[in-house]
Formats: sequence, structure tokens, C-alpha cells
Amino acid sequence: MDLYYYPGCTLKTKSKNFEDSAIAALAALGVNLIELPRWNCCGAAFSLSDDDLIHQVAPVRTLIRAQEQGAAKLLTLCAFCYNTLKRANMIITHDADKKDTLNRFMDEEPDYSGGVEPVHLLEVLRDDVGWETLAEKVSKPLSGLKVAPYYGCTLVRPSDIALDDVEQPSVLHKLIEALGATAVGFPFETECCGSFQTVSTPEFVNECAWNILSSAAGRGAEVLAVSCPLCEYNLAVKQKELTVQYTGFKQLPVIYFTQLLALALGVDTEGCRFDLGYMNNQAFLESKGLIA
Amino acid sequence: MRVKLDSKKLCSEFVKKIEEISGQDLMSCYQCGKCSAGCPMVFAMDILPNQIIRLVQLGLDEEIGKSKTIWLCASCITCGARCPRGVDLSKVMEALRQLTLRKNEDTVELSKMAQETIKELPQIALVSGFRKFTG
Repeated sequence: MDLYYYPGCTLKTKSKNFEDSAIAALAALGVNLIELPRWNCCGAAFSLSDDDLIHQVAPVRTLIRAQEQGAAKLLTLCAFCYNTLKRANMIITHDADKKDTLNRFMDEEPDYSGGVEPVHLLEVLRDDVGWETLAEKVSKPLSGLKVAPYYGCTLVRPSDIALDDVEQPSVLHKLIEALGATAVGFPFETECCGSFQTVSTPEFVNECAWNILSSAAGRGAEVLAVSCPLCEYNLAVKQKELTVQYTGFKQLPVIYFTQLLALALGVDTEGCRFDLGYMNNQAFLESKGLIA
Repeated sequence: MRVKLDSKKLCSEFVKKIEEISGQDLMSCYQCGKCSAGCPMVFAMDILPNQIIRLVQLGLDEEIGKSKTIWLCASCITCGARCPRGVDLSKVMEALRQLTLRKNEDTVELSKMAQETIKELPQIALVSGFRKFTG
């Protein structure tokens, strides 16, 4: 299966571990990713102002690039990109006046009517590959590994673009179980990590990170699986400060779900890119006997 | 908090502007407080999220201006997802921020951030942060 793929800015820079592990894992599943030609930044945060159409130009332009390729779906990995592209597409499909304005503003581009569906990798794994098929393809089950599924905000909110149940999503749980690991549910699975507040009030993000990490660890999780580069940053980088700030805080490895997926599908350690990231996940996985 | 109500403020340009930018029906809110109960940043806020929408309903823009609350919202949309009246408070928060940002009054300055932090932050943090805190 061929799929057009939108990487976004962060996956090409700070989160190569996310991109490389996803491409390797999908290759192992027989899915070939074609990077969208001439993609541009989606704008990261979806504009919440009703009168602010200019910030919809960037995501819509990327969708037009996908339309040019004849793509029915556009795969995203970054949870922010998923949210922004999906919501921009919703404007095109649900608001005729705004669609018309955007098309007229981008008169150098072909018209766009919302024919490209932005999808997240978790949806492809659930809906196109299927948990049973995936489980059959696992060559290195992550037996005994207790993984906390962390969804964050942008995959599940707002409800009209949610890829799963808004309050009780299960797609990451099912993925973790299909890989042979144990999913450890916890109350803060969809709680915000503090997001872009890390730019203006990083001290408050520490409290958000502590709430999430201590909750997952308290339920017995050994590692937290994430799907967003900003969640990875806030939840991993903050841990050094949390060790000083909160008595008894123990560090919890934070890892992209794609790295666990690649590992279970038999991709080698280099291909899983455990060498990158903010924490020493390599040492942790060695201690669990999952990599040599 | 003691506030003075004024019939002119209730129907002021400020209230109309917030409704226009946010696209939300402010009077739908009946102050159940579910937004404040679920807000992950509420511990740092001086005015609760449900109090913000009440102040907007009453046209009390000066009271909101004195508070840091709107600058602590992380647009996680937990409030909007749980509101029993279908009000997306994250859009109201954004509209309130926009009133300041559209006057070119930024709340984050790149030049004041440590070079090390800028290098370390993922691109989506910088792009979204500057989208939310600069005009």
C-alpha cells in the first residue's frame, strides 16, 4: 500500500526518531510512504478565531499539494499537524463561504473542496492494517513491558476531529496490546501536558508534567508512549527539574509509539532511532532485555 | 470579587467583538463550572475559566485585563469538549487574547528568551507559542 505522507517541521528536525521509526515500521508492514512534494508548515496551532482565515491558508495549501498528487488520504504522524490539517479541512467541507474566500484568495492554486482526508498513523493501523494482522506480524513481542498510553489533546479534541472516543480513547491501548506489551491505563491519558505554555510559562508546565508522569508511574507503568513531539519535549525534558522539585519523583522513560511499533516488528536498534530523543531509552530497553 | 454592573457594558462593543471573533454564543453559558473543573492550568489561574466567561457576559473587560488567566490557557479544549451547553471556551479565550495581540502588544519576546531554550524547543512549540502570544 502506498500512502502520501506529510511530515511537518518538527519531524524533520527535533523528532527524527519519530519519523524514521515510523517509516521503518510501515515498511515492515508493507506500507510505502511517499513524502508529499512541496509541503509547507501547517501553522502548528489551529487558529481558534472565527474571523482569521489567513491562518488557514498554510494547511489548505498543503492539502492542495496532496490533491495534485491524486491522494485521497494524507498521512500525518505529528499530533499537532493532524489536528491543524483535519480542522482546516473541516472548514472547507462545512463552511461554503469560507471555502469560497480561501479559494479566491489562493487564485494561483487549483480550487479545493476538501477531497483529501488527513489521517493519523494510529487510524491507519487500526482501520487499514487491523490489530489482528498487526499482531501476526510482530516478530519480537514486547512481553512484560508495561506501557502507559498517553494521548494528550490534539488527537482527541475537539470531538469533531477526534480519532477516537474523546474521554476514553482506546486506540493506543490496543496498539500496545497488539505489540505484546501490557497497556497500563491511567487517569491523565488525555490531560494536556501544558503544550506551548512551555514557551511562556515553563514553570507551570512542570506541574502538568508531574501530574501525568506520577499518575502513570503510580499505576505501575515503566514507560510512557506518546504521539506528539511537544508532549515528548514537555514530558521528557522537564523530568530533571521534577526530580529536584518533587520529593520521590522517579524518572519515567518517554518514547514514541512508532519506536515501540518498529521494535516489535523486528526493525533493528538503529532503525528504531533509540540513539535520539531527550532520554536514554536505549539503556532502559537494554535493562528490559528488549534490545542487546 | 465586587464588581459594578452597567447596562451600557452589557451590550458593549467588547461583548459583540468577543462573540464575533470566537463565534460562540456567550449567553449559552449557565455557569456550571465544568470548564474550570477540568482545566489543566487552573492551578495557576487567578480567575477561573468559568468566571472569565461570566465577566465577558457582563462586559467587564477591565477585570479580565487585570487577570493572567487568558495567557495561561493552553488551548487544550478540555473545556469545550465537556461543556454541556456546547460553548467552546478555548475560542473565547483566544478572542480575548486577540483583542490585545491585534494592537501589536506581544506577551512573549524572542529576544528575551535564552538562546539555549530556543535551540532546544521543538519547532511546533515555537510556532504555536508565537502564534498564541504575539500579534
